[in-house]
Amino acid sequence: MSGLSRELIALRAARELQSGQYVNLGIGLPTLVSNFITDEMGVVLHSENGALGFGRIADEGEMDIDLVNASSQPLTLKPGAAFFDSATAFAMIRSGRIDVTVLGAYQVSENGDLANWMAPGRKAGSIGGSMDLVSGTRRVIVVMEHTTRFGELKIVTRCTCPLTGYGVVNTIVTNLAVIEVTPEGLLLREVAPSVTAEDVQAVTEPRLLLADDLREMQL
Amino acid sequence: MDKVLVSPQEAVKDIQDGSTIMFGGFGVAGIPFALIKALYEKGTKGITAITNSPGGRLEDFDLSILFRKRQISKVIASYPVYAGKINAFEELYQKSEVELEVVPQGTFAERIRAGGAGIPGFYTPTGVGAVAGEGKEKRIFDDREYLLERALRADFALIKAYKADRMGNLIYRMTARNFNPVMATAAAVTIAEVDEIVEVGELDPESVVTPGIYVSRIVKGEKYDVGFK
Repeated sequence: MSGLSRELIALRAARELQSGQYVNLGIGLPTLVSNFITDEMGVVLHSENGALGFGRIADEGEMDIDLVNASSQPLTLKPGAAFFDSATAFAMIRSGRIDVTVLGAYQVSENGDLANWMAPGRKAGSIGGSMDLVSGTRRVIVVMEHTTRFGELKIVTRCTCPLTGYGVVNTIVTNLAVIEVTPEGLLLREVAPSVTAEDVQAVTEPRLLLADDLREMQL
Repeated sequence: MDKVLVSPQEAVKDIQDGSTIMFGGFGVAGIPFALIKALYEKGTKGITAITNSPGGRLEDFDLSILFRKRQISKVIASYPVYAGKINAFEELYQKSEVELEVVPQGTFAERIRAGGAGIPGFYTPTGVGAVAGEGKEKRIFDDREYLLERALRADFALIKAYKADRMGNLIYRMTARNFNPVMATAAAVTIAEVDEIVEVGELDPESVVTPGIYVSRIVKGEKYDVGFK
């Protein structure tokens, strides 16, 4: 039971975005989401290093060291792009102008606590923009593998890694499932093709609630 | 008024041991490579570095070279370590040879902005309930909890811009802007490394991002082949 590839997790997460939204993508797997955002979707991407309105990752011949995303990957621009400094980038985030952020995670808890900045067992961690993003953004989508590569659970009753924010996650998209964080608990909305609700529960620590319209992901 | 100096070496020659220095740049973009190299050659020690990241993406050119020579004793940063690799900073940090204060990136930017705006502190919602909030004064405004954060200032800011005129007015290029304009405002002495120096009057006043009042010294950098891929 391996479920979706990283690309398909990113594709499924991209489907959560809507026209007119300003969206920030975190480092790592979230960055892949940009490959599945088409012009027709009408989504404007924000990067905390000071850009709005960029497009796909640049090809070999188009790369410019002065035009990168927060992961230092080379970008392309779309018409209507804008540049600004870091203080302005975070003023946008803190004041609630970013509609959605897509972030990676080490752990997410039953009540939507997020731990994504300090890897277990490492002496230092990188907070980056994640704490500002979860405190200022309206909707937080986590994209990640459902478990670690050693099989440890990542959707847990209580996070054991240092927190990025408490009660901040709205939706979790993994290789196995789409789960919504609700006041009643974690609601299983969708399962990956050939994955069952029982399979998902077996690798999820908290008890999952099943959505009335629980279905297979459409990819 | 002419703030242009002949070399990066001349621009950093009075940076003494124990100085607090802001370094502009984010990832690979907007890093003052020539000024970092000049500081490496000068050998200033005991530096407190205020920088988004202590380097590692371009380790032969960025702040990594100062860590390898043990010139930096404390780092205030938001993104000190990378997934999947150990940078020169982390090698020293694991041996407790350098101190670290890790700060959420927006708080980091705003602390510098406040430092440059004559504001000693501010309240922010970022970090409430997380490690960033430990030991900090909290206050509730309109039913939401906020943390008190203090401003950051430095003895020197080493920044990178695209063009300068001789009075120190600066413009930037795309995402190489990042922390540079904010840091330019928050140091006693701001030194700008630029790709091109133009005569006074050649920059459109409407397009100036950093007004010359914030800039003390200007040097022309070199075009480095940093192997960006």
